[in-house]
Amino acid sequence: MAEKSLMKGNEALAEAALRAGCKCFFGYPITPQTEISAYLSKRMPKVGGTFLQAESEVAAINMVYGCASSGIRCMTSSSSPGISLKTEGISYIAGADLPCVVINVQRGGPGLGGIQPSQADYWQVTHALGHGDFHALVFAPASVQEMVDTVTKAFDLADEFRMPAVILADGLLGQMMEPVQFDDAEIVLSDASKKPWAANGHQNKRKHNIINSLYLQPDQLEDKVAERFKRYEKVKAEHSEAVADYCDDADTVVVAYGSTARLAKSAVEAARKEGMKVGIIRPVTLWPFPVKQIQKACENAKNVLVVEMSMGQMIDDVKLAINCSKPVEFYGRTGGVIPKPAEILAKIKEMGGKN
Amino acid sequence: MAKMNVDFDRCKGCGLCTTACPKKIVELQTEKLNKKGYYTAVCIDDDACIGCALCAMMCPDCAITVGGDNNG
Amino acid sequence: MPEFKRPHALADVTTHYCPGCTHGIVHRIVSEVIDEMGIEGDTVGICPVGCSVMAYDYFECDMIEAAHGRAPAVATGVKRANPDKFVFTYQGDGDLAAIGTAEIVHAATRGENITVIFINNTTYGMTGGQMAPTTLPGQVTQTTPYGRNTSVEGFPVRVCEMLSQLSGVALAERVTVIDPKNINIAKKAIRKGFEFQKNKQGFSIIEVLSTCPTNWGKTPIEALQRVRDEMIPYYPLGVFKEGAVR
Repeated sequence: MAEKSLMKGNEALAEAALRAGCKCFFGYPITPQTEISAYLSKRMPKVGGTFLQAESEVAAINMVYGCASSGIRCMTSSSSPGISLKTEGISYIAGADLPCVVINVQRGGPGLGGIQPSQADYWQVTHALGHGDFHALVFAPASVQEMVDTVTKAFDLADEFRMPAVILADGLLGQMMEPVQFDDAEIVLSDASKKPWAANGHQNKRKHNIINSLYLQPDQLEDKVAERFKRYEKVKAEHSEAVADYCDDADTVVVAYGSTARLAKSAVEAARKEGMKVGIIRPVTLWPFPVKQIQKACENAKNVLVVEMSMGQMIDDVKLAINCSKPVEFYGRTGGVIPKPAEILAKIKEMGGKN
Repeated sequence: MAKMNVDFDRCKGCGLCTTACPKKIVELQTEKLNKKGYYTAVCIDDDACIGCALCAMMCPDCAITVGGDNNG
Repeated sequence: MPEFKRPHALADVTTHYCPGCTHGIVHRIVSEVIDEMGIEGDTVGICPVGCSVMAYDYFECDMIEAAHGRAPAVATGVKRANPDKFVFTYQGDGDLAAIGTAEIVHAATRGENITVIFINNTTYGMTGGQMAPTTLPGQVTQTTPYGRNTSVEGFPVRVCEMLSQLSGVALAERVTVIDPKNINIAKKAIRKGFEFQKNKQGFSIIEVLSTCPTNWGKTPIEALQRVRDEMIPYYPLGVFKEGAVR
């Protein structure tokens, strides 16, 4: 392994994309993710890849659609308002069974919202990333190193299951600097050699490939969607991930993801020091949602606390995961306000008192 | 031997070919409908056909071939 | 004796186009150019949303179906991934000049090395004949039942004139396919576009004045006449910009 270096989250993520073989990046400036574009505009030409600043988020995601159609690993990144614009393209990408990676470094919303960290796009990314019946893989890393490690996994699974993958970060993770380590393998940009479905010129050796999401016959479209959902079942069975700490004997289990999980973990550890039986589980994948892991973590708990940087969105999935079998409470800040560990600890104490 | 060959079932009877023929010998026949229900284009005087293929150039459905052994 | 056969790049299927619709002629001459240049195996086509949405079934080269108006962005992605492939988009006037205006303008100004086949028939054919950005003043459509009133709906977009102002454009030419002579000119223009691509010359757009007999309420032959009488005076044929091939 190479030496550790201190890097900003957005830049580390961009470097990791190159190392995952991402050959083309199409982006549009928006705070707080612009460092991804800026970094790749410097690096891509040096390694023989393509960086292109598009005229809009809509164009950027459609460039990804074209590039992914050619069987080449590609990526776009944005922040909340820009992701809304990309949802059209993401739906087409899902409908045409194309792999790609989309980064959302979330900021406060709705509308123009703010530019400070937020997790208010949970519903969008897990439930409504465009029109129609489909899912995207959603990863929610909690540190700069984890962002780096997630990129390769996101590209690999996107290729394996031919579906879009989203890395859901937030302004906190994108802007913070932490030590990171890359493996020192040589950068090898992707080609289409393992993608026989790619529309990259048939060379008179095969019938033409068609990349398409249009199926005018209802039964054909139903079959197509059903086939996709069969694939989703496999993803759910094999690739849901969560990290649980201190949950075995916990009376209260905290559920939080991304940077909020780190703040919540500080609160949980402070509670443990005070002798309270509190645990934490952090979903690493938001889709597929780690239902079984959450069920297990909450098995012996008396109540559950969901902490988010929003008005409470993941909480719905947590309630469903445990079939509303115990009280699920919520603590969150929104609009770019970051919840403090002391606030979370106070909420934990309040819930302990209720038992 | 006919120089203009019309693919009977592919012709949509639009008549664009009739506008291009320098000999004015391409017409829509009115006797037999094809599978899609169109009266199709025909050459009414094979001997007068000079094989210029302008009718085929105008055909939006590639239903006309001229010359060769390909008669659609 | 001259022979006339279906080009190989044009799939041997019956299209869904209405009788007399000139899409079929344009499909064929694009295919003839692909055949003549011997590039079917190296070509990727992008189809739009509109009447030619299913053009992916009509060309034998690799094909991609894009979202409405986004074909130039999709083509950009394909071309950047494969700079040595031939990439063309095939777009109608609603697709290119309304919802996809940003995409076409920026692909053009970037000098994106692609060829755009732009079908201008002054209406939205697929959805049943609504006003397009290219609908002529006074033209009756489903959504301009009293005729396009320029004080309410504004003026038609002259795409070739507009794009010819951009430095990235190597070729902007307006042609039509209403008779064999013009079909020959159109085919030469399309060939030029693909040759420009081959020579990495930059962006080429060939605008084809086309017919929509069904939504114009005309016979196919009357529709050809409307192109002559009404469209060409408003949309003059010719080359608006042409860079020298390197």
